[in-house]
Amino acid sequence: MTATTDKISKPEARGAKFELDPGKAPRRDIVTDVIVQPLHTISLLVRNKPGVLCRVAMVFARRGYNLESLVVSPALWNANDGTAPGEFSRMTITCSGDPDALEQIIKQLEKLIDVVHAIDHTGQAVIESELALVKMKAGLKDRTEILQVAENFKAKVVDYSAESMILRCAGETEKLDAFVGLLKPFGIIELVRSGKILMARGLEET
Amino acid sequence: MLQKTTSGGDKIIQCLEREGVEVIYGYSGGAAMPIFDALVDSKIKFVLVRHEQGATHMADGYARATGKPGVVLVTSGPGATNCVTGLLTALMDSVPMIVLTGQTITPMLGKDAFQEADVTGITYPVVKHSYLVKNAADIPRVMKEAFYIATSGRPGPVLIDLPKDITQGPCNAPMVDEVHLPGYHIPGRADSELIKKAAAIISKSKKPVLYVGHGAVISGAGKAIMLLAEKLNAPIVNTLLGKGACPEDHPLNQGMLGMHGTAYANKTVSGCDMIMAIGARWDDRITGKLSEFCKEATKIHIDIDVAEFNKIIRPDVSLAGDAKMVVEDLLPLVGKLDTADWLKDINGWRKQFPLKYPKKGGLRAQYVLDRLDKLGGRDCIITTDVGQHQMWAAQFCLTTKNRHWLSSGGAGTMGFGFPAAIGAAMATGKPTWCVVGDGGFQMTLCELATAALQKVPVKILIINNSYLGMIRQWQELFFDNRLSGADLEGNPDFVKLAAAYGVPGKRVKRAGDVDKAIKWAMAYNDGPCLVEAEVVKDDNVFPMIPAGAPLTGMIIEKPKTKMEKPTGST
Ligand SMILES: Cc1ncc(C[n+]2csc(CCOP(=O)(O)OP(=O)(O)O)c2C)c(N)n1
Ligand SMILES: [Mg+2]
Repeated sequence: MTATTDKISKPEARGAKFELDPGKAPRRDIVTDVIVQPLHTISLLVRNKPGVLCRVAMVFARRGYNLESLVVSPALWNANDGTAPGEFSRMTITCSGDPDALEQIIKQLEKLIDVVHAIDHTGQAVIESELALVKMKAGLKDRTEILQVAENFKAKVVDYSAESMILRCAGETEKLDAFVGLLKPFGIIELVRSGKILMARGLEET
Repeated sequence: MLQKTTSGGDKIIQCLEREGVEVIYGYSGGAAMPIFDALVDSKIKFVLVRHEQGATHMADGYARATGKPGVVLVTSGPGATNCVTGLLTALMDSVPMIVLTGQTITPMLGKDAFQEADVTGITYPVVKHSYLVKNAADIPRVMKEAFYIATSGRPGPVLIDLPKDITQGPCNAPMVDEVHLPGYHIPGRADSELIKKAAAIISKSKKPVLYVGHGAVISGAGKAIMLLAEKLNAPIVNTLLGKGACPEDHPLNQGMLGMHGTAYANKTVSGCDMIMAIGARWDDRITGKLSEFCKEATKIHIDIDVAEFNKIIRPDVSLAGDAKMVVEDLLPLVGKLDTADWLKDINGWRKQFPLKYPKKGGLRAQYVLDRLDKLGGRDCIITTDVGQHQMWAAQFCLTTKNRHWLSSGGAGTMGFGFPAAIGAAMATGKPTWCVVGDGGFQMTLCELATAALQKVPVKILIINNSYLGMIRQWQELFFDNRLSGADLEGNPDFVKLAAAYGVPGKRVKRAGDVDKAIKWAMAYNDGPCLVEAEVVKDDNVFPMIPAGAPLTGMIIEKPKTKMEKPTGST
């Protein structure tokens, strides 16, 4: 958890040592520049109770697992089946570490009273997506080129000033990595990424 | 007549009464005052301990002896943190317990108020579940859920943190009878296809062994396991905490396995071709070097906690369910196995490698415990502390009844034995022997006051070797006898100490006096009493499998050559 927080609090570090390494596993961590184990993605349906995030995080921390990203959001509710707004949340967790420990982690997550289910989606057919906001130094000189990159990645300009602009780009994590990598030479001022969310294809449960 | 408004504290006590709670162990303090006030008008007995750790172990002993949840009530901050060891002890050994902690008022949470501690935060890793109640209306639901969670599935401790404004303020919420916990699943009966698969595996076995753990005690699976063992004609071994699930005096039972288990139990496990764990979790004190453990044997694992499957070993079949139900479902699917040769081997080992100890050189703990066993120990509850005396008691005091052997296994908590005995004796009224070391007794001996006050039939047997004996043993065997922090110089006169609390005691130094002292304690029925056995100072527990060694690396006596430092977990 700490490591993840660090990354988020130092936005400039995130793109700093970027090296494009598309599709290869194990991959190079763009922050620490070390080769890391392939990432696992776990989705959880949890009861929205105080402390549930802490309980979930501790399952990972105790086993030395690093959380790469963690997205928490309200889950769908349905008055017909007795669920109330805000009763459940979704968590999507991307993490890395010894694959043998993963089975234990999933089971220990499942064991938490407030976790309704935990599903490991690693290697499964899923739709995944992430959002990035990139604040660029964008003087007259570079503007056109930056906009070209943005267009190629279907990114949107969401803020525009004389000296800077903010681009918003959505897509798979690898796509965002590439996007950020191409913008890097122009000078990224700030980078905020949402972390990955995903959904299982077809009628599979997420 | 004007009706008194119900406070949060009143509501909590009402909930406890509805759950059938008879006794609460605890210690008062500012943040818990409204709950203590509500206790005044309740039928529930409150036992004022002398240290909160003692309260947790008493509740633990109460729970282990009965299967009913033990209840603890303490104040905020230091009162709550003093419970952490007791929570760990209960969690590791799957003991149902409810710990109620007072807390500062809700507007002061997180503001370093007097005696505020982030108690739910501190205890996350040592509870099965916990609550911080911020709304009085939640009290009935939280209490209902807490008891349900603590006692169902794999039992464990549940902590409820109760801010003072919540317990002091009014609470009009109605009682709750149902729980709605969509994230909590308890397996009951195992999958019938898997049961068939397990039965097929068992039926092929020529050298089976049933490896019985605490889960069998908790689920009361002993009778079913005995039926199975007798039907198959298969030997049984049990873990330290599995003692008593199946009678240890039955010819098929080889006693305790593992680090200090009997040689024949460990040889049975090393030599088997099929091992079935029944409510046991392949602890590292059992398996030794994992890569060598039962390499050739097929493995079946019965557990109510699916997280135990594939954690340490990958069984051929995992049966998720209540141990008793699973064994009962297996019974009709299996028949007698051809184990005559196998049992002959085992009986050979029993004759060749019996438990033994030197008879010369002074009073031996083993002798004292053997005499306790012979003089009626089996009819009593026995609790132990942690150390050499614990292992000797496990070896020499056979357990023949369920819930009659209480010992801290997973956590190995020194200081557990004596308060646990108080809880067990209070719960059952049965004579309860507390086998304790001179070290561990001093960790919770302040509860002599509690024991004396409650007049519990606890018979304290101090195995006094003037050392942290188990530590001294490891240093002797693995660290060139370089003793470090193992000498208990400065021990008090335990008999005089007990007398100061009004607890009578006897000291024995010679084998000839042992029977008299044990008989005296057995006959004493006016509250707690104490027997101090001054035993040989430098005795060692054998057999021993050094941590991390394979079971075949078991040593029966002290080796002539120096031994490698153990590589296992601890
Ligand atoms: C709270 C706690 N601290 C330390 C230990 C480590 N430890 C295990 S056995 C032991 C020695 C126990 O000495 P004593 O109570 O005299 O029993 P003996 O081994 O001599 O029978 C120690 C220190 C422990 N298990 N628990
Ligand atoms: Mg000692």
